[in-house]
Amino acid sequence: MPGSAASATAKPGLPAAERATLKRGLRRAERQKRLGAFLLTLPLLAYILLLFVIPLGGMVWLSFANPTLPAQMPRTVAILRHWQPPQGKPQGQPSALPPEAAYAAVAADLRTAFHAHTFGRIAKRLNEELPGAFGLINKTTFRVAHLPPDASWKKVLERIDPAWSEPAFWRLLKRESAPVTADFYLAALDLQYGPNGHIGRVPAYERIHVLLFLRTAWMSALITLLTLVLGYPLAYWISRMRERRANIVIIAVLLPFWTSLLVRIVAWIVLLQSHGVVNSVLIAAHLASASNPPKLIYNGLGTIIVMTQVLLPFMVLPLYSVMRGIPDSYVRAAVSLGAHPWRAFWKVFVPLSLPGVGAGVLLVFILAIGYYITPALVGGQSGQFISNRIAFNVQESLNWGLAAALGTILTGVTLVLFVIYNRIIGIGRISLG
Amino acid sequence: MNESDRKGKPGVLPISRRDLASLLASLGARTSGLVLLSSLGTLARSRMAAAAAGTINLCSWGGAYQFSQIEGYEKPFTKAHGIGFNNIEKSANGPALVSAQEESGNVTWDIVDMLQSPAFQLDSQGILQEIDFDKDLEPAPDGTPASQDFIPGSLSGDGKKGAYVSTISYSTVFAYNVKAFPADHPPRTVQDVFDLKTFPGTRALEKIPAGNLEWALYADGVAKDKIYEVLQTPAGVDRAFRKLDTIKRNVVWWSEGAEPPQMLAQKEAVIATAFNGRIFDAIASDNQPFAFIWDGGLYEWDGWVIPAGLSEDKLARAMKFLRFSTNTTSLVAQARYIAYSPARQSSFKLMQELTYYKNPKIRMWPYMPTNPPHLKLAIAKNVAFWSNYGPQLDQRFSSWLAA
Repeated sequence: MPGSAASATAKPGLPAAERATLKRGLRRAERQKRLGAFLLTLPLLAYILLLFVIPLGGMVWLSFANPTLPAQMPRTVAILRHWQPPQGKPQGQPSALPPEAAYAAVAADLRTAFHAHTFGRIAKRLNEELPGAFGLINKTTFRVAHLPPDASWKKVLERIDPAWSEPAFWRLLKRESAPVTADFYLAALDLQYGPNGHIGRVPAYERIHVLLFLRTAWMSALITLLTLVLGYPLAYWISRMRERRANIVIIAVLLPFWTSLLVRIVAWIVLLQSHGVVNSVLIAAHLASASNPPKLIYNGLGTIIVMTQVLLPFMVLPLYSVMRGIPDSYVRAAVSLGAHPWRAFWKVFVPLSLPGVGAGVLLVFILAIGYYITPALVGGQSGQFISNRIAFNVQESLNWGLAAALGTILTGVTLVLFVIYNRIIGIGRISLG
Repeated sequence: MNESDRKGKPGVLPISRRDLASLLASLGARTSGLVLLSSLGTLARSRMAAAAAGTINLCSWGGAYQFSQIEGYEKPFTKAHGIGFNNIEKSANGPALVSAQEESGNVTWDIVDMLQSPAFQLDSQGILQEIDFDKDLEPAPDGTPASQDFIPGSLSGDGKKGAYVSTISYSTVFAYNVKAFPADHPPRTVQDVFDLKTFPGTRALEKIPAGNLEWALYADGVAKDKIYEVLQTPAGVDRAFRKLDTIKRNVVWWSEGAEPPQMLAQKEAVIATAFNGRIFDAIASDNQPFAFIWDGGLYEWDGWVIPAGLSEDKLARAMKFLRFSTNTTSLVAQARYIAYSPARQSSFKLMQELTYYKNPKIRMWPYMPTNPPHLKLAIAKNVAFWSNYGPQLDQRFSSWLAA
């Protein structure tokens, strides 16, 4: 039908009315075709939207959102909106503190929160920014709730806790009044607001996230390099086999895929632990001392060894499928024209296999920087990744904002790498075979 | 069951390290098939009971601890009221999951076993059911109201109403392998633990700041009742970390409760901190040559909370179970299965002759952390302190470890 329509429009001399009808028919047919294609992808689209885009958006939103104070302390937020903390004034000056009305608003808000049983949310949020605020808010709330509603609140609050007469604390309240915040990103980069409101690094003994981001990056890079070094010759060897033999070896490569990740990790623990198989062999061969065997696990080395093994198939498979498509005759032609076999391999085969290298490297590296279970189980102290810190904030400290900020940064880094990669090599050149 | 009790402090893993540890152990001796069969049996029974009078979705810590609750509370309760249980083993992430359920508006757990400090935090966020202790809990057999019978500090709120009821206290204590030291001169105090010269060897400590900082100060000469005062100052924290620095090179870190007994048994460490129930289990069930250093034992409460927002019939069932499981005799019944102390004073009187369910020769009382001679040596964990400074100190601790 579209074919005949096309040939019809190509013919000049058709009456205008008929041409218009034909055109319309053609357009309708195309629209239907497009709609059909769209309907076919609709389930996948809905799936991705529901289970990927929306949760990802939720995470990004969570890393900025700061709803606690606006929702729980509306009166205080309204008054602090008009209060500007003076810049650079010496501390303790009365002018550095908000007006009396702000104190009354705090008291009224805390009283409401006490009866609604929600003051813990305020306490938890402020404690994330200022250790000790948890107790401060709880104490103040309990006292305020049992006082008559018309006290001289400035004096009362300052008597309950001297923190209420500190400009730095009010500056914190003012900052937390905003419905969006950069606090979580600051914390994720080991930064904080100083007492005078300027951003600075946290004390050296509390810095951890930048260290872990860098460690995650260099260890993942090293693991990627190791899988490439181990995987390239293997993939080359398999790709030069007869098909039936190659299939058998590929199954051997795939075997780990069919084994549970945990089982594989436990096997490594058995092998590498301080009196494990590897060390026993080393000791028996007098290559290591029995009293002080080398530490092969529960450190960075353990993470690298185990993750290299776990991720190896993700390198071998794309390499293999690309290499399989490179005919032997190319290298043979180069050799017959006088090139040394090594030179022929380097100048002909390697460049042709690059799309596979690109795919494998990208795949392994992106998988590695998000890895979580393996570092948690065999990483000890020096082999932890940033994802372990994200899990800690989700499950233990319940600081979901910080977890979301760390997650967003990790996602962002992955995207940036992807873009850089695209610029340098071109996503079109990546081939999974 | 070898994945003994719990208190694997909120493990970082969805698949906890405990599962792994038990897997490792079952490579050795135990039969996991039996575990599977017995849990199938429990499932079948709870399904049948569900048909009769509904079930309670109960979340606890799994392992030997939840086993003691099933034997001590759940089975007698089902017998008496025909209400079954759906046992969930997620308390390690309990606070996070209760928060998440509340936020999604779909509360699926009816009663949750939790430590005191997170229970307090959740309560002040308004997501736990309020409990009137004297009305909702049973009085002691002699008529003493519950609020008077529970040990001071083991209930929450103002002691009359609150959202949290302790069932047990457990203690994180130092234990050592007796074969590693001369019989006439074993380590006896926390100071000895920090004395590498007289008592050489590796120490195994839990990978969290709580406890380690207290012990460091205690060993450095701070009086027990002044520890948290000192720790509240930056100089005090510095002092604690300096003391920890002196043994850092000789420490291996654990994060799941199953690890320290294994480390002691394999002599990967000669002294370890551990949950007292674990060490008891190793001594009583596995005949391990371990001994306790009760000095400086850090004890803490653990008990029930009921999430807010349950439907009326679910709430009624949960409250009924709360009342049943926290009465004097239920707490004693549980103590036959695990060496954690009941929270009620009236239970103590019934415990003097109580013996271990596996071995009638072993009396439970000498192993209980609230046994007066032990209690005298103990440090009460300051829950409020860790609510305030936990996040900050954890970050510093992680940074200290990673350095």
